[in-house]
Amino acid sequence: MNPWLRYLVFPLVKFLIAFVIVQLIVMAMTWIERRMLGFIQARLGPNRVGPYGLLQAIADPVKLLLKEDILPSSAEKVAYFLGPMLPLLPAFVVFCLIPFGPPPTFIAARVNVALLLILALTSTGVYGIILGGWASNNKYSLMGGLRSAAQMVSYEVPFGLSIIGVLMLCGSLDLVKIVEYQERNVWNVLPQLVACFIFFVAMNAENNRTPFDLPEAESELVAGFHTEYSGMKFAFFMLSEYSMMLVNSCLMVSLYFGGWTLGGVVGSAHHQIGLTTAVLQSWGLLGGIIGTVIFTVKVMIFMVVYIWFRATFPRFRFDQLMDLGWKWLIPLALGNIAVTGILVLAGAEWLLSVFGAVVLIATIALVVRGPRAAPRQVAHASRVSEV
Amino acid sequence: MFDVHEMEVNFGPQHPSTHGVLRVLLKVDGERIIEAKPIIGYLHRGTEKLFEHMAYPQCIPHTDRMDYVASATNNLGFVEAVEKLMGVTAQIPKRAQLMRVMLSELQRISSHLLWLATHAIDIGAMTPFFYCFREREEVLDLFESYCGARLTLNCMRIGGMPDDLPPGWLEDLEKFCAKFDAAVDEYESLLTNNRIWKRRTVGIGVLSPEEAIDWGITGPPLRGSGVEWDLRRAQPYECYPDIEFDIPIGKNGDTYDRYLVRMEEMRQSNRILKQCMPMIRATNPGEIKAKISRVVRPPEGEVYHSIESPKGELGYYIISDGKSQNAYRCHVRPPSFVNLQALPAMARGHLVSDLVALIGTIDIVLGEVDR
Repeated sequence: MNPWLRYLVFPLVKFLIAFVIVQLIVMAMTWIERRMLGFIQARLGPNRVGPYGLLQAIADPVKLLLKEDILPSSAEKVAYFLGPMLPLLPAFVVFCLIPFGPPPTFIAARVNVALLLILALTSTGVYGIILGGWASNNKYSLMGGLRSAAQMVSYEVPFGLSIIGVLMLCGSLDLVKIVEYQERNVWNVLPQLVACFIFFVAMNAENNRTPFDLPEAESELVAGFHTEYSGMKFAFFMLSEYSMMLVNSCLMVSLYFGGWTLGGVVGSAHHQIGLTTAVLQSWGLLGGIIGTVIFTVKVMIFMVVYIWFRATFPRFRFDQLMDLGWKWLIPLALGNIAVTGILVLAGAEWLLSVFGAVVLIATIALVVRGPRAAPRQVAHASRVSEV
Repeated sequence: MFDVHEMEVNFGPQHPSTHGVLRVLLKVDGERIIEAKPIIGYLHRGTEKLFEHMAYPQCIPHTDRMDYVASATNNLGFVEAVEKLMGVTAQIPKRAQLMRVMLSELQRISSHLLWLATHAIDIGAMTPFFYCFREREEVLDLFESYCGARLTLNCMRIGGMPDDLPPGWLEDLEKFCAKFDAAVDEYESLLTNNRIWKRRTVGIGVLSPEEAIDWGITGPPLRGSGVEWDLRRAQPYECYPDIEFDIPIGKNGDTYDRYLVRMEEMRQSNRILKQCMPMIRATNPGEIKAKISRVVRPPEGEVYHSIESPKGELGYYIISDGKSQNAYRCHVRPPSFVNLQALPAMARGHLVSDLVALIGTIDIVLGEVDR
């Protein structure tokens, strides 16, 4: 094949398709988020524009495009402009590294250090927020920006550490290989349950989502780092936030929940059970699309969990957030690395899976049993009979 | 080497969580509050001066506008003070007393619901806001069907009540009371045992009982500190002595205890309402207004009368010259204003995030603070 086609045109076309689909998902997410919040909160959510309010996802960007773009007179102009743009770029580029379906078609660029590259790219997102917060020349924005910087830098550590266990199990930074390892063994969520939990918490914190939405805590800092932003610049912040949510959900699915597969390969005879990579590949393009759909459904489950969290939890305080990150998540992640390392060296990875399965079943049992502790009651001073 | 200095932040008057137009001048070191200075007066309307130029019955709508989320109790405090000045307190018919108690307790529920809604959303829990408003709507519907207004009720008259209850009102109330306890349980299931909620409220803004009394704090913040002081019990008015209810008190005097106290107060208010319903049915039909002159001209003298409003001790101090139909002087002791005094002491050393929790836990209404 012509190398130009193979290395430039195809990846570019694939990236563009992925990009458009991802942006459509992001647009849909704004609608899903508001409808779901409405559903949880005993109200309707947007239901006026188009059927079920679906066109709200188009009406909002149009409104934001037409809005006046206000530049505060005391703002640092270049940084103010760069603020919303910087996080956008990595948030988009990352999508060419994510395997949406079975290789080679459904991944724009297969890189053997994809995971490292994704981590490197996503961690640059914080610059935009600091720049935007600082350049607005507003005390609330500054506080929001600084909070965000501290938070994202702190949670980058457990975020990265939680992945190392998976790397040790799979022996590769290539997301495709990690997914293929999972179909040969078991979804990484079992052997790496602790890491998966840490990753999950850290990804919420990375994206500044409830209960870690301190940088934009509207009841404290008005709107945090984007207080002064309006129109399309504001939309860019939102766009990168939602894109990053999507990236992290994609990572979650690829690393811990078997990516595009829904089944496994068993035994030395390679019995294919369910929709494995080989099965999907044998169906050609259709199989690829089925794989992508499976992947997307899994990703959407995590996106919905984000929304669910937002509806349920109050917000952490800043020092408590740091507490959680440094005193709990990082030691936990380090412990997980040590234990995983020893067991992998000893060749006893199955022990990890057994442990994960037991903990998972115990957790589910506890949740099903319902709330245990009776709420703390206040003391009653007097009844009328005692007066 | 480095230039270290505190930052001054204007928290309000236009800020999402100052509950109106409170402005707090903050001196912060990073996020830690060194000094918080509330600046009030953005909603000053000269209500007390207006009282001097109006006949007593004309003042009642103006009391609505002080604590505008609890207007029934504002009305109650004022009409009772005037009745006390006229010496007709004993003549108020039983049915009118019961109606006053019921409206006051409904008002307490609606005020506490609004408090919980805003307090929770300040701390970041979004959903309780909508749940609380769902029930608050029903309370406001009950008000509307009684007097036509939902917020500024103007629902009491000197000597009694303006109208009898409309047909079907008690049945609607019964339906509301039957399900309200479950609704409170629902709010509690979202917050009370939530670890994040506890971390944000336990130990925040601790007021010892002595401090609370020294600051003159009343209402749920005082009871949250463990002081048993409820004017419905301490200086009973209307038909509260006939009704059985508990006074919830806290132990530690922190934001969490004040939260628990208010949650329990809502349940107790519901309990009072449930007791009132058979009592008011027994008075049907009954007088709702004492037989007193329509021209209110109290004898010369002065009176201070206070009631337990949802936010604390709401007192009216009225001086009458005995000649005119308006007060010579009418001073209001608003609970929010007095409770707000403790904010600087409570906020010192806490973080900016805690300030919103503290403003929420004091439960201020600026209309009442500024008058």
